[in-house]
Amino acid sequence: MAEEILRLERVCKAYNVGLPSETEVLHDIDLRLNRGQFLALTGPSGSGKSTLLNIVGLLDRPTSGRLFIKGQDTGLLGDAAITRLRGHTIGFVFQDHHLISAFTAQENVMMPLLVDRGFPGADIAARAGDLMERVGLVKVAGNLAANMSGGQQQRVAIARALAMGPDLVLADEPTGNLDTKSADSVFELMRQVNRESGTSFLMVTHNLDLARRCDRIIDVVDGRINS
Amino acid sequence: MNRWLPFEWIAAVRFLREGRMQTLFIVTGIGIGVGVIVFMSALLTGLQANFLKRVLTSQPQIQLLPPDQIARPLRNGLGEFESAIVQRPSQRTISIDQWPKIRDRMLADPEVTVVSPTMSGSALAVRGDANRAIAISGVEPASYFKIVKIPDYIVAGEARLTSDDIIIGTELAKDLGANLGDKLRVQAASGSAVVLKITGVVDLGNKGPNERNTYVALRTAQSLLGTIGGVTTIDLTVRDIYAAETVAARIQASNTVQADSWIKTNAQFFTAINAQQTSNTLIRVFVALSVAFGIAAVLVVSVIQRSKDIGILRAMGASRGQVLRVFLIQGGLLGFVGALAGSLVGVAGLVYWHSIVKQADGSELFPLVFERSLFVVTAILATLTGLLAAMFPALRAAKLDPVEAIRG
Repeated sequence: MAEEILRLERVCKAYNVGLPSETEVLHDIDLRLNRGQFLALTGPSGSGKSTLLNIVGLLDRPTSGRLFIKGQDTGLLGDAAITRLRGHTIGFVFQDHHLISAFTAQENVMMPLLVDRGFPGADIAARAGDLMERVGLVKVAGNLAANMSGGQQQRVAIARALAMGPDLVLADEPTGNLDTKSADSVFELMRQVNRESGTSFLMVTHNLDLARRCDRIIDVVDGRINS
Repeated sequence: MNRWLPFEWIAAVRFLREGRMQTLFIVTGIGIGVGVIVFMSALLTGLQANFLKRVLTSQPQIQLLPPDQIARPLRNGLGEFESAIVQRPSQRTISIDQWPKIRDRMLADPEVTVVSPTMSGSALAVRGDANRAIAISGVEPASYFKIVKIPDYIVAGEARLTSDDIIIGTELAKDLGANLGDKLRVQAASGSAVVLKITGVVDLGNKGPNERNTYVALRTAQSLLGTIGGVTTIDLTVRDIYAAETVAARIQASNTVQADSWIKTNAQFFTAINAQQTSNTLIRVFVALSVAFGIAAVLVVSVIQRSKDIGILRAMGASRGQVLRVFLIQGGLLGFVGALAGSLVGVAGLVYWHSIVKQADGSELFPLVFERSLFVVTAILATLTGLLAAMFPALRAAKLDPVEAIRG
């Protein structure tokens, strides 16, 4: 049986709890993701996709329900343990790449390892170099983010998400700001990583063509999973 | 990336480097503030040292005098006052009782460095038709010149005092039309007189003393003032000039003399120094406050500008502590680099000021002394100010919710 990476049990998320303006954006979400799976998360704007991604990414906590990462109940963890688990297990790719502009492309890839280890050892630079090669950007490794194209920036963001060798990569509309060709190339890169290293992916997308090329499509409508 | 630098330092330096203009402006601001502090501190320390030197090299640090002569009320056999009014007696020139013993005791005192007995009194200097009232100080040159640096103030002749010599001030020399080598007739109130040769002319820095002060050998003064073998004061210098008042009180308590320290006799000078120090401290505090608020303002803006970066770092596993330290280090670095720039500004200002502002006689207004401690303390204080100023923005950065931060 495939190893379980992520499991959500009756997860709800509400804002302004206890106030007249209380709004529940996620209702009783059950979801399971195994190692090596590539899931697409689709749905209209405001349906709760990003909220679900934030909860899965341990950036936000559910109001009720349970979230397991590799079998560990995250509800029992404190802030520091959550931060550590997030850093070691989950990689993020955002729509706006969010590279740190003060650093070069390769340094951005080194960043998660640097945050984790504290010092920029030679092994960290070597690992970042390998990842830059893997995403085909060795030539622009010394460039600042501002001096790269959107597609290149998103590839750097993917390399950064893979730096810690995560079990799960969460991608929030990673191709949303790219032209069709670049979008396709970025998606293929993620798919390739997924196949080669068995990293699980959960990708929010509005692009149905890309969604269909994933292992499974989870459609979120009004805070509930439709399929 | 420097492999010996931790993540927080690398991020702090990069963030400061990226915000070049912002960093440059705030470092300039801190530099000017620190420059003002360095300039004022060094200038005032120099000026005070100069004033202090002038005061302490033209007068003894402690002066032992015979106690005031007082009239005791007359009582009858029953202990009742015979007379209700007691007139204050005139203070005639008298010698310190058993002064050689007191001098020896002073020489043995570890706190005292130089002891010099002096015979002082007033007389009339006469040359031809001109005459002037003068104050005579009969001194032992070997010890007295260690207390009052007469040789340093000589403008003509030399600081030599045999029994026929006299050293006079520049104003007195002018008033009497006397030159070096001329003879002066010095006449005491008692009528006794002596003819002395001018061996030196001194400029004591003030018109009054230059008009009145004269120096002769101790024996000459004793015979002129009719107090053979006596002295009116014993002048002392002490190891710690600021302890002079305590030492004076101790001496007075254990000897039959009145001991006046330079602190007591120059109370106004001391008050002026204190007032200067207070205003200096106030200026420093307010400059430091404006520097601190400047750093805080820049970092608050930086936290807002970098909220997305902070969110990403948090998503990548950076702890709140790491984010806090990134901004604290930025504050500390701004303070430290600003202090270095400010020290250069301060030194440049001092060198320039020193070169253009002189005393009336053309000598330097203050000694140009750069104490290493001033720069070290300034750098430490500026760095601490930077750290403190960064505390609020750093806490704000550390508390940022990653989701909100990434969303912007």
